[in-house]
Amino acid sequence: MPIGPYQSPLAFISDAELDSHHAAQPVEYQASPQPAGLRLRGVEKRFGDNQVLRGIDLDVPAGQFVAIVGKSGCGKSTLLRLLVGLDDPTGGRIEFVDEAGEAVEPNSRIVFQEPRLLPWFSVADNVAVGLGDGVPKAFGRREAERALAGVQLSDKVKDWPSKLSGGQRQRVALARALVSRPGLLALDEPLGALDALTRLGMQDLVTDVWRELGFTAVLVTHDVGEAVHLADRVIVLDEGRISLDLEIPRDRPRRYGEPALAEIEGKLLDTILGKA
Amino acid sequence: MTIVDTFAEGRGLRRIREDRVPSTANEYGKPPKGAAEKAVRANDGQPSRPRSFSGGAFLPYLLPVILVILWQAGSSAGFISDRIMPSPVAVIAAFWERLLSGELARDVGVSGARALSGLLIGGSIGFLLGIANGVSKLSEQLTDTTLQMLRTIPHLAMIPLVILWFGIGEEAKLFLTSLGVLFPIYLNTYHGVKNVDRDLIEMGQIYGMSGWSLFRKVIFPGALPSIFVGLRYALGIMWLTLIVSESIAANSGIGYMANTAREFMMTDVVVLALVIYAALGKLADVIARTLERTALSWNPAYQR
Ligand SMILES: Nc1ncnc2c1ncn2[C@@H]1O[C@H](COP(=O)(O)OP(=O)(O)O)[C@@H](O)[C@H]1O
Ligand SMILES: [Mg+2]
Repeated sequence: MPIGPYQSPLAFISDAELDSHHAAQPVEYQASPQPAGLRLRGVEKRFGDNQVLRGIDLDVPAGQFVAIVGKSGCGKSTLLRLLVGLDDPTGGRIEFVDEAGEAVEPNSRIVFQEPRLLPWFSVADNVAVGLGDGVPKAFGRREAERALAGVQLSDKVKDWPSKLSGGQRQRVALARALVSRPGLLALDEPLGALDALTRLGMQDLVTDVWRELGFTAVLVTHDVGEAVHLADRVIVLDEGRISLDLEIPRDRPRRYGEPALAEIEGKLLDTILGKA
Repeated sequence: MTIVDTFAEGRGLRRIREDRVPSTANEYGKPPKGAAEKAVRANDGQPSRPRSFSGGAFLPYLLPVILVILWQAGSSAGFISDRIMPSPVAVIAAFWERLLSGELARDVGVSGARALSGLLIGGSIGFLLGIANGVSKLSEQLTDTTLQMLRTIPHLAMIPLVILWFGIGEEAKLFLTSLGVLFPIYLNTYHGVKNVDRDLIEMGQIYGMSGWSLFRKVIFPGALPSIFVGLRYALGIMWLTLIVSESIAANSGIGYMANTAREFMMTDVVVLALVIYAALGKLADVIARTLERTALSWNPAYQR
């Protein structure tokens, strides 16, 4: 793994901007700025008698933004937990590959519907948790502030999480996931608990950080419109199998209500609801 | 197996998931967890309710002041016999006299030291057992049932046995006080550790925490509100046990002072002893609350 001068996970915040607040201190940090693609072969997962995933074959090129939609209980969260290593598959293989198809360490992160912030840590300390144990404090602070600037929360650095709104908390959780520069980011209905307008803002934020950082993104959502708006590709999961795999051939930025996107959305909904 | 082992293997997490803490585990007090959590969600930066009336700080003390004035008036007018109840002025005079002679400082010091050493010994044992049993399945299986059985014995009922074991010296008082504070601290620590949000523990593990760092960053702070509930209950029990054991046998301390005074019918000193016990109890509670507010300043339930 390359060891070199650490590059900001959120490079769109210039160093000069941050250094106006902090004395510059050169830091060496191991980072893998490499997006990790996925190669799934016959992946199965059962809980006792309940076979949740029934053989998933899927190739996701490094750096792609994939959305997974499907009815509640169809196994979306289960699949995500397998991808980030929170659970092991009961059958099949999951491999991580770089752009050239060579195996890589994924450095994967997951964001849940609940932000799961530590209420007894300040916002900055919560983000620093994302760097793992044993990083120097000053470095953790600096990176946390940088990541928080990337989610437009620079003014909340020292606050307790309890002082934030739901959307702000979820942005902190996003900053925590991004601060270590993941190669794969899994998002399990991350915007599901937010109100409609906050949601739209967050969708743009997610698109921005993804385009800036270039990780592979796997987003689970129950909102087909959101999937179509954000992703390069939408996968429909049904009873533990992939029932539809659809490219979204639209450039970004995408506008809400584009007719071409609405048409794709309608087609997806028909598939999910079994009308196709 | 150590705490660290258990967590390193990720077994702590799974076990905490599966186990239900018996609802009787916390007879010493409701854990503020639920309330605190609700408050975390409910508080979105709204200002807290303003005091409705500027005299609010003074008003609660109006009734006690009136009662003391009535008491003094009754004594001065001769309605209340000195033998039954000394006048407030007589109590203050007794206080002053003993303060000047140095007896008061000595007795309070002795009682305070007894209370503190009991709290320290019993509290540490209860705390360590609570943590160990909250975190390690093995430790829990080995000791929890025993502790739950022992705690049903009223510790003051053991006085005859304790006197047989230790005589009537310091050891007996230390033993009783330690025993009294052990259980509330044990139960609330154990309960607190068991009820730490599993999602947060999983989050910690996802971000590479295990063993000591998981304990320090997630489990201990999560259990702290409940631990403080235990501490405040323990303080009450600590004074109660001390009062009882000092009045059985002692040759120093506040209980001794009160008992000697009773033999000489000095009601003013007896009442003085009551007031001092009350003041010490209040002081201990204020200290505990201050600690609590400082340590839990992240929690909206403790923010002002
Ligand atoms: N840890 C678990 N133990 C047993 N069953 C589980 C577990 N996690 C998920 N399941 C089951 O797997 C199925 C799919 O769940 P999930 O992946 O959460 O669905 P969703 O698509 O709504 O995210 C459900 O039937 C659920 O009951
Ligand atoms: Mg789900």
